[in-house]
Parts: sequence; C-alpha cells; structure tokens
Amino acid sequence: MLHAYVDGELDLVRQMEIETHLKACRACTAAYEEHRALQSALRGAGLRYRTPAQLEARVRAAVGAARTHAPREMPRRVVWGSPLGWLAAAAAIVLVVFLGWKILPSWRPGNEQLASEVVAGHVRSLLASHLLDVPSTDQHTVKPWFAGKLDFSPPVGDFKEQGFELVGGRLDYLDGRAIAALVYRRRQHTINLFVWPAQTSAQEDEEASSRQGYNLIHWKQAGMNFWAVSDLNAAELAQFAGLVRAGPRPPAAR
Amino acid sequence: MLPHLGAAYNLARWLVRSADDAEDLVQDACLRAYRFLDGYHGGDARAWLLAIVRNTCFTWLHQHRVQDSVDEFEEEIHTPLKDMSTPETLLLQQVDGELLRQALEELPARFREVLVLRELEELSYKEIADIAGIPIGTVMSSLARGRQKLRDVLVERMKGKH
Repeated sequence: MLHAYVDGELDLVRQMEIETHLKACRACTAAYEEHRALQSALRGAGLRYRTPAQLEARVRAAVGAARTHAPREMPRRVVWGSPLGWLAAAAAIVLVVFLGWKILPSWRPGNEQLASEVVAGHVRSLLASHLLDVPSTDQHTVKPWFAGKLDFSPPVGDFKEQGFELVGGRLDYLDGRAIAALVYRRRQHTINLFVWPAQTSAQEDEEASSRQGYNLIHWKQAGMNFWAVSDLNAAELAQFAGLVRAGPRPPAAR
Repeated sequence: MLPHLGAAYNLARWLVRSADDAEDLVQDACLRAYRFLDGYHGGDARAWLLAIVRNTCFTWLHQHRVQDSVDEFEEEIHTPLKDMSTPETLLLQQVDGELLRQALEELPARFREVLVLRELEELSYKEIADIAGIPIGTVMSSLARGRQKLRDVLVERMKGKH
C-alpha cells in the first residue's frame, strides 16, 4: 500500500488515510522516506538509455522492406477469401496506428510523414526555447518580418478578441523547405501554425487528427498549406482553424 | 522519430543488458508489431508496442539462458532490521548513478522490468500491467519487492564504502 502511495496510485480517501497513519507511525515514515529517496535517485541518475541514432533508420528500413512485400500478396489472398488475406489487409490498415495515429481514416499517406514533422516541429519549438524569432503581438510587425527571409508572404492575423492571441513568429523547416511558423496562445496553450506554399492550388478542407497527445488540423487554402498543432483540445483548435481560414481581420476591427 | 522507439529501446536495453542485442531485439519487435498488427485492438499504442518488446526480450533471455536474470530471486536472504537510528535515507540520497545502474542491472528481470517502466518511463500501474500481462496487484507487489531488494543492495554497498 505504501508503494501505491509513493506512486500516486491511490484514491483520495486511501491517500488521506495513509497520510494520517504516517504522522503517527515512525517505522512507516522511515520506510516511506527511503522509498522516496530511492525513487528520486532512480529518476535523477540519468538511467534511461538514449536510443542510438542509427536504430530508427534500421527500424524504418526493416519495416519498409516488409511493407513493400505485403501489398503485392494482399489482393490475391483477399480474392481467395483466405484468413491470411484478411490479416494482411488488417495489417496494412492498422500500420497507420503503429506509426502513431489513433484516428483518421481519411488521412492521405503523404501526410503521415508531414504530421510527424509538424508535431516534431511543435515539440522542438517548445523544448529548445526557440519559440519566437520575432516576438510581437502586432500582425503588422510579424508579417513584414518574414519578407526577405521567405519566398512567400504568409497571411498573419491576430485573433486576440476571440481568445487566440498572436505572440509572434519564427522561421522553421518542414517538408524540405523553410516555412513560416506563427505562434498563438490560448490560455496556457501554445499553438504553432505552420504555413508554406502548396504544390497545387487545390483547396482542401480541414482535417483533424491527433498524435502523441497533440491535436493537429491541416488544410489548403489560397495555394498555401496550413498546419495548426497544439496541446489545446480539438474543439478549440478547430475554432482557431476556422478563424484563420476566415482570414486576418482588418486593423480597424481590433 | 518513430513514436515510442525511445521507450522500446530503453526497456530492451535494461532487460537484455547489452546495447547490440537491444538494438536487434527492438528491430525484431517492431517488425513483429508491423506483421501482427491485427493483434492491435486500439487503445494505447505505446503499451502495445512495449508488450511486444518485452515478450521478444524475455523469449531471447530464455533462449540464451541468461543466468540470474529470469531466475526467481531467492526469498529474502536476510531480513533487514529496521533500525530507526541508521540514516539509510541519507545513504540512499548519496547513491551515485553508477552504483544505482549496477544494482538495478543485477535485479532479476521481472523486477527490472517493472522498475524501469515505473521509474524511468513513469508509467501507471495499469499501463505496466497491460505491458507485462500481469494483474495490477502483481505490479504492485513486484515493485515493492524490487524496490526492497534494490534498497537492501544499495544500503549494503554504501555502508561497505564508508
């Protein structure tokens, strides 16, 4: 029971019972303190092994090789109705989940890598204390800052009135090119909005997904790719995407 | 970065205690994960992958008859006397990383497993139970025994040092 307490696995009532008991019992208090000391030693000693850099490439190559074989056999077996065919079909479908997705049947394969890059870009921006190159809540400061740094001009809007405050922008690198990252805040949540020119001018509707606990929405509009990513809940992120789609407000409205 | 690869490698590395074997086994486990995706019924993808990793590693440990790691550890060789005046907490606070790494490596594999998942990956009892395929009660008792064993070894060695 003491271990469950140390691990924060107890409900509130039991937790309080233990706390009351600890006040009165020296033996348990001593044991508790030892476990706490051991736990912080274990966590603070850098015991977690770092993944060797080459391992990811190895795994990708191995899975990639297995994948190129699977689709060739699949259609025949499905026609035969053999269980193996089903298996292979199921495997192909759920591979997506293995790569980190929980939902999103309509997702296109090309976006898989991109979504992962977008999340990585978001996480990196928060980890490396390199969230902003141009910290400014003024869209008329942020937008010109990108001129000369990018070969396109991203649309920059401020949605402070709706609760999504522009806090600045920075250059980032995604999809093999330099892109604009616009940073917004909603309460404590940071939203990264990645914008770069699309290959085609086709419009694409918003598609929401989530991976690694982050919510993502992407769409294409006016020849630009938009990817919004945040730890904000999906509904509010969708609201944000709606605002961005509607376009920057004219300055008079601010 | 493939999701959960870091957790997969860390678990494998601790279970088999060799960097090269851990890499091979993680690659193997990822291939299995890919081939047996029909076994994935939704839910926690990390737990699912880690379960495959740990099964791959335990199979490997058995095949290679790695001594002492899968064996049951003998019931308390000595019952530690609870001496209130010994500052064991203080000793534990001074343990250095190398000693800790050694002591953890020497624990039987099933205690290493739960401790690595709990303290290094910071998973919940429920997640650990899913990965190791054991009841939550067993997770708790394995953690308790693993920690007790670890504590005894560390205290002994720290006292030997002083």
